[in-house]
Amino acid sequence: MATYQNIFTQVQLSGHLETGVPLGPGNEARVGKASASYWMGKIGNAQIGPIYLGTLGTASIFCFVIAFEIIGLNMWASVNWDPVQFLRQLPWLALEPPGPQYGLKVLPPLAQGGWWIIAGAFLTTSILLWWVRLYRRARALGMGTHVPWAFASAIWLFLVLGFIRPVMMGSWAEAVPFGIFPHLDWTAAFSIRYGNLFYNPFHALSIVFLYGSALLFAMHGATILAVGRYGGEREIEQITDRGTASERAALFWRWTMGWNATMESVHRWAWWFAVLTTLTGGIGILLTGTVVDNWYLWAVDHHFAPSYPATGVVDPATLPAAGGAQ
Amino acid sequence: MGNLTNKTLAIASLGAAFLLAGCELGPKQGEQTGYRGTGAAQVVDPETLANGVGKAKPIPANAYDTPADTGQRASEVYQNVPVLGGISADRFNHMMANMNNWVVPAEGLPASEQGCNYCHNPENMASDEKYTKIVARKMIQMTQNINANYTTHVQQTGVTCWTCHRGNAVPVNRWSQGSDDPRSIMGNKRGQNTPGVANNGFTSMNYDPFSGYISGPKADGIRVGGGVYTPKAGVSTQSTEKTYALMIHMSKGLGVNCTYCHNANNFQSWTNSRPQRAVAWYGLKMTAATNYEYMTPLQSVFPAASKVVPHDSARLGPKGDVYKVNCQTCHQGVNKPMGGVSMKAQAPALWPAPAATPAPAPAVIASR
Repeated sequence: MATYQNIFTQVQLSGHLETGVPLGPGNEARVGKASASYWMGKIGNAQIGPIYLGTLGTASIFCFVIAFEIIGLNMWASVNWDPVQFLRQLPWLALEPPGPQYGLKVLPPLAQGGWWIIAGAFLTTSILLWWVRLYRRARALGMGTHVPWAFASAIWLFLVLGFIRPVMMGSWAEAVPFGIFPHLDWTAAFSIRYGNLFYNPFHALSIVFLYGSALLFAMHGATILAVGRYGGEREIEQITDRGTASERAALFWRWTMGWNATMESVHRWAWWFAVLTTLTGGIGILLTGTVVDNWYLWAVDHHFAPSYPATGVVDPATLPAAGGAQ
Repeated sequence: MGNLTNKTLAIASLGAAFLLAGCELGPKQGEQTGYRGTGAAQVVDPETLANGVGKAKPIPANAYDTPADTGQRASEVYQNVPVLGGISADRFNHMMANMNNWVVPAEGLPASEQGCNYCHNPENMASDEKYTKIVARKMIQMTQNINANYTTHVQQTGVTCWTCHRGNAVPVNRWSQGSDDPRSIMGNKRGQNTPGVANNGFTSMNYDPFSGYISGPKADGIRVGGGVYTPKAGVSTQSTEKTYALMIHMSKGLGVNCTYCHNANNFQSWTNSRPQRAVAWYGLKMTAATNYEYMTPLQSVFPAASKVVPHDSARLGPKGDVYKVNCQTCHQGVNKPMGGVSMKAQAPALWPAPAATPAPAPAVIASR
């Protein structure tokens, strides 16, 4: 029987809890006492806290809670405050954006989308504050700012869907509802409305990077776990001081596919794939309806998709006897 | 250890059963229906494929052999027969007998609600005192109109009372207007987000995809996409959801996939559609006109729920509008109602000559 199994963290260290590096001027104190959790240690670091909350974190959490409450209470009110129906229908419930008749009105009646605007404003504020907080904390630790910039790519897609594209289209009705099935149904209707999003080349790129991210994640995660018995999880040391784990991992890929990423470059691959997923996705959404109305026809016209043989069916609305459009 | 494994297995199989609860058991048959690579395929239940009707009730046998259209006219024998007065009295009686079997058969209903007495006063068969008789007359005109003027949809097969009623005084598959959104957020679903109340197939989309689209006079505003790729002032994604919900109703009502009519790569394109889409297009027009010209004018005739009319005798929807027809009213889950069998031999009176205009509608209120 194998003695080394790395599904869960095998070795947990216990001792003095880390308080973290000293903070320079302009920083607030960290909040909460550190503690250790055996079960969290199974899947990550056993130490819980302290956390750096700060003004930005506090403001961001405050705004998020308000947005969350507005969305949740609107959903609950829509089933007349019935707790059973709230749970049963939750996947179907939504906070819907204003109807097309309101255009870009800043605050339509609350029950007709006004709450959606308010919730969206608080959620956006919360997310932007969280971005600044990530940036500042990364700087405070003397790190690069790769994490906030990756997060910014996701924020770009979020803003395109809920703010930038609706503004360009001149109507909040173009935005996505807050809700589980409602946002999925919106997505399907959006694709059909604009002649099938699969023929949108930026959508195609986004899918490539999304699936590519999953593939890279699987390859990298598997490689590091596979050399765990040689200390391969200490990636950072091995970037500068290549040990047997790093060498074996590199050889494995060079032997199996002829080429290998390095201990540092594989992370650049992963970072760019993840960032480009939402970056290209956002571009694709932004062009839909603003520049292109039917992606299939666009794709045929640009020799990006084949045109299939006609079936000989004629639109009956174009026949004089049929009596007009439908 | 053995017990633990058994318990785990039991829980796992329960979980699997739960996840599969929405699936339909039994073998399925796939069929390619269009050009390769376009996703044009139908998945059907072999039972439906074999008998054409799935689990629908069989068509009742003819009440008796259809008499010849000879001898005295119905109008010469009976009083107050403005619509069917031109056929022979023998055929008229035969028609009435079949209508009994199709609409109000003797199956577990009180005597007043089955057979002739559902519409007629047995003391005076000519009287229009029962509202059901007014409705029945209008429905005969409606059927004649469909068979004469909508052969683009019903072809030569046509429809009879049975096509919708299937032995029920009120057709089971019908629709009425969805409730208006409240002004506050209380109970406000924005016309959507309500599972299982309508034909929208457990999506979160519009629960009334019919009002406006097939309430007449024409089926308007259903189209959402253009035939060109450059943008133009178009239909919002929100309106698209309503069209999408109507399409899901059609798909459920006919027991077919989207690709029964559409090409999956571009739903809007007619040149890549199947001929069935044009038939469906005429069907939407027929449904809208039928609701507008025949159902809605009966609104004042049907009883609404009130202190004297109990809820189950009421014949109007919650908003006080008349029950109306949609695709499922006739199709009832199969692409050709009743497997495409025509009942013309049983009821030739419902097929007036195509050129003839249906008999003028009698004023529905006057005789009450």
